[in-house]
Amino acid sequence: MSTTSNSSQASASPGRWERVRDSYMWYSFKRDRTAQLCLAVFICMVIAAFASPLIAPTNPYDLAQIDIMSSELPPFWIDGADDRYALGTDAQGRDLWSIVLYGTRVSLLIGFGAVILQALLGVTFGLMAGYLGGRVDTILMRLADIQLSFSTLMVAIVVGALVKATMGSAFYSQYAVMMLILIIGLAEWPQYARTVRASVLAEKNKEYVDAARVMGLRSKRIMFRHVLPNTMSPIFVISTVQIANAIISEAALSFLGLGMPETHPSLGSLIKSGFDYIQSGSWWITLIPGAVLVVLVLSINLLGDWLRDVMNPRLYKG
Amino acid sequence: MALLEVNNLDVRFALRQGEVHALRDISFSLERGERLGIVGESGAGKSVAAFSLLNLISKPGFIAGGTVNFDGQVLNHMSERGLRKVRGNRISMIFQDPMMTLNPVLSIGEQMVECLKAHRRISSKEARAIALDKLQQVQIPSPETRLDQYPHELSGGMRQRIIIAIALLLDPDIIIADEPTTALDVTIQAEIMALLLDLCEQHNVGLILITHDLGVVSQVTQRMLVMYAGRVIEQGPTREIINDPQHPYTQGLINALPQMATPGEKLNQIRGSMPSLSNLPSGCAFHPRCDFINRADGQPRPACTQQVPEFVESGNCRVACHMVAEMLEDRRLKEETS
Repeated sequence: MSTTSNSSQASASPGRWERVRDSYMWYSFKRDRTAQLCLAVFICMVIAAFASPLIAPTNPYDLAQIDIMSSELPPFWIDGADDRYALGTDAQGRDLWSIVLYGTRVSLLIGFGAVILQALLGVTFGLMAGYLGGRVDTILMRLADIQLSFSTLMVAIVVGALVKATMGSAFYSQYAVMMLILIIGLAEWPQYARTVRASVLAEKNKEYVDAARVMGLRSKRIMFRHVLPNTMSPIFVISTVQIANAIISEAALSFLGLGMPETHPSLGSLIKSGFDYIQSGSWWITLIPGAVLVVLVLSINLLGDWLRDVMNPRLYKG
Repeated sequence: MALLEVNNLDVRFALRQGEVHALRDISFSLERGERLGIVGESGAGKSVAAFSLLNLISKPGFIAGGTVNFDGQVLNHMSERGLRKVRGNRISMIFQDPMMTLNPVLSIGEQMVECLKAHRRISSKEARAIALDKLQQVQIPSPETRLDQYPHELSGGMRQRIIIAIALLLDPDIIIADEPTTALDVTIQAEIMALLLDLCEQHNVGLILITHDLGVVSQVTQRMLVMYAGRVIEQGPTREIINDPQHPYTQGLINALPQMATPGEKLNQIRGSMPSLSNLPSGCAFHPRCDFINRADGQPRPACTQQVPEFVESGNCRVACHMVAEMLEDRRLKEETS
């Protein structure tokens, strides 16, 4: 099946909703319990994360609300738990439930932000490389190869060190979210560029591109308006994988102390901050944000798998 | 001066194995409202000729020499920007396969509006009105609905009508139709051809019809070119060429038409196949397949294998053939002596 959502045999001229309802995507979604469950979990997590100031009982960013005396309290099912802290507290006495909510928000923000940046860079470069070909193609793709030969970690360390050295570490922690989006976005754009380039190469020899050129349209217009929409399905699929990857990259960077500062923790920095206390028995500080991270990434990945099966892009490479 | 004048057009492809000469020395002209047919086997260079008129040959091909004069401008020396003003606007093109020519993810209306807005400063609403008018001209049923439909919702015949509507959108001076009916059903072929002819006559649009269907050429066009291995081998008024073909290749093509065969017998064919452009036979490219290579005395004509034939005038036609040249020469000598 190479059909996408508009493969329905619409009668006269159906509305947008009818198109969705008759589409193969919706048909497949209705029959796939895993996809439904994952979407439900993912949406719940996104809503909870972005509504965290409303849901969370305390504001973990507000130092005045933190009481160091109530640190390392266990979650409710263990003796010694405090009623005020359902999931216990961390080493600084912050409510774990609140801080996991806030942390998920930070992780999602960085994940989506980085993927948007990756997609902007990667799709533009991939389109240009594939469509214009020749020297542009060579230069952009060699650039991508060079970029891929650095690991995300290395880019993060170098950029982080440079920024900290020139602007000071206070500046770095203030703009840590931006920095991480920038770092992960820059490190991973070649994934998009390669996928898009491959599909553009397949698309650009089709006659509708010739027809558009004969119409006297500009190259830019042909690239973005004619070729790009035809390469959307691999872009969608790779996006799900990339969001999960970006969240994991962020967690890994934060775990190594290169990411979010302790005062504005993401899931990764929470895992890290709890890691020191595992030995002393306070395992929940690490395991609870860890479990949230696993569930989040797993649900995104499973959704991505489903999407890949539905759209079946020929050029997908995980 | 004619609206379109092509002089000694020479197109090559720079391939790894060396340069391949795709078009050699192509010259023809087209008056306003005139219809010209370009005929030849697959690989003769018909489509390359069409694309080179708009300077749209993609790499590794390039125009190595000659000029394409259109309305006082030399298209192959023009800037990309100037060319865009000609493409689609003054010269438009219709492709072979209507299934492939429309963008599958854009609605018909979007594609038409886009083309209009690329060349004229008009609002989307006005563009839509023009698009609707053109769809009515190509006699599509319920044109308003079509504007919001996607190509996959339409049949092949309807799509080709839409492509004709798009070609007419900006009231061009010339339409280049590259095998416009080859991919269609036989019954629809006639309809589409009649429609195209009708619209060209109505709007006084010149038509360059590229096809291998001699029947269509004889019905639609006033003049024609016959191409073989990147060269024009015969050109002139369509009626004269169809009724009295001079070049052995043209004769072979006409003989190969199914209606020329005796019922119950095998169809006539030209033996052999088109040579590869990178490895052309010496002399006349057609000589290995030619039945007239021998002279009246039974000896092969040396010029055929050694020398590329020049054009000779025969009536209103121009023919590139040693045999025809020899015949004409003989006739002239006889007339002189008598």
